[in-house]
Amino acid sequence: MANGTDLIHPLWVRITHWVNAVAVVIMAMSGWRIYDASPFFPFAIPAEFTLGGWLGGAIQWHFAAMWVLVGNGLIYLGGNVIGGRLRHKFFPWSPRAFLADVLAALKGKLEHADLSHYNMVQRAAYLFVMLDSILLVLSGLVLWKSVQFPILRELLGGYEAARREHFLAMAALVGFVGIHLVMVALVPRTLLAMIRGR
Amino acid sequence: MIKKITRQLEFDRDLVLADARKEIARRLEQPARRSFLRRSLTLGGLSLLSGCAITDENSVETALMQVSRFNDKVQGWLFDSTRLAPTYPDSMITRPFPFNAYYGEDEIREIEEEGYRLEVTGLVADKRTWTLAELRAMPQTDQVTRHICVEGWSAIGKWGGVPFADFLRRVGADLSAKYVGFKCADDYYTSIDMPTALHPQTLLTLTYDSQPLPPRYGFPMKLRMPTKLGYKNPKHIQAIFVTNTYPGGYWEDQGYNWFGGS
Repeated sequence: MANGTDLIHPLWVRITHWVNAVAVVIMAMSGWRIYDASPFFPFAIPAEFTLGGWLGGAIQWHFAAMWVLVGNGLIYLGGNVIGGRLRHKFFPWSPRAFLADVLAALKGKLEHADLSHYNMVQRAAYLFVMLDSILLVLSGLVLWKSVQFPILRELLGGYEAARREHFLAMAALVGFVGIHLVMVALVPRTLLAMIRGR
Repeated sequence: MIKKITRQLEFDRDLVLADARKEIARRLEQPARRSFLRRSLTLGGLSLLSGCAITDENSVETALMQVSRFNDKVQGWLFDSTRLAPTYPDSMITRPFPFNAYYGEDEIREIEEEGYRLEVTGLVADKRTWTLAELRAMPQTDQVTRHICVEGWSAIGKWGGVPFADFLRRVGADLSAKYVGFKCADDYYTSIDMPTALHPQTLLTLTYDSQPLPPRYGFPMKLRMPTKLGYKNPKHIQAIFVTNTYPGGYWEDQGYNWFGGS
């Protein structure tokens, strides 16, 4: 249990979290406008949810915010790996414990009293969103520079496949954000912890 | 008593939180309703989170344009002139290959071969004009490559013509110059960096699918670069010039990224 002096989230985690939140909102909304220029699914994103106005504006936002997203993401991942936070907070990982926690969550019995400790569902969700973000960046690199990154392009199945992977990875990230926000609404202390650190 | 105060504080905190959520929801809702410029303003609401107050739309536009210029530099640095775009078998050609321009299909320019002359100016030794016959007399090559549009879609086509590097050497272009610019019969204009101009797959294109380039694909000539997005590939080229002064482009001047390379 975190006491008065113990931080649940150190300052660098809080800063990278909020910078990431802003970058993700800009990337998603401008990305939707770019998608709308030539949708490959039978739907378009309503213009009022998009950023940039026209395609050129959306691309400018997207290719500016990408530096924030990637730079901030590298600081976050680097900090987690170097400081041992990744291993400490998100591991060990056990499928059986994960199932047990999923069941508990569905019954509304999942404990969340200690905000500094992540249960298996949280660990899975946060690890998933980290990997998903990496896929987003890599597929984005293939879309931006398909000739300059041939190995990456072939690994992802070519330019057209990368377009779809980029979209689906976005959809997964948006799904995560939706669940994340619902959870924060259910346990509002977590929002305070991510602002004040405890 | 103390218990009561604590409860009161908790109650207040919940109210404050609820208020804050309402406020955030309102701010998030607003930008969605506005157009690009206005939206940049309300994004100030978002940018407050990152601590920089954006007060006028011009500064947002300027900042985005500066990042775009920075991205030009990064792309120039990433560009490897020996790295080739993938090529495909003829069976993978997209049929029909889509038409795309800043105008509709009913406005496609018809240029007569008779009076056509290609102008070559700027930092070149040989500033004479070229006829199509002279261009066809140069060694030709063809390629089946993927055309990627800035809108995201792509299509595979087959283009043939003169490697642009051969042409630039033939006219004695200053290969250390920064830019090659193009002026087109459909009032389009654009410009590219010299390393891309010299890329082995950059083609002064005279044919499409082994036939003379039809008007819809840019007769009499287009520049085809599988290492750049569609809008960087000018059609109906009338004049080519080599320069060290940034020439811009039709879409680039409106905000599309100048390097526009893949």
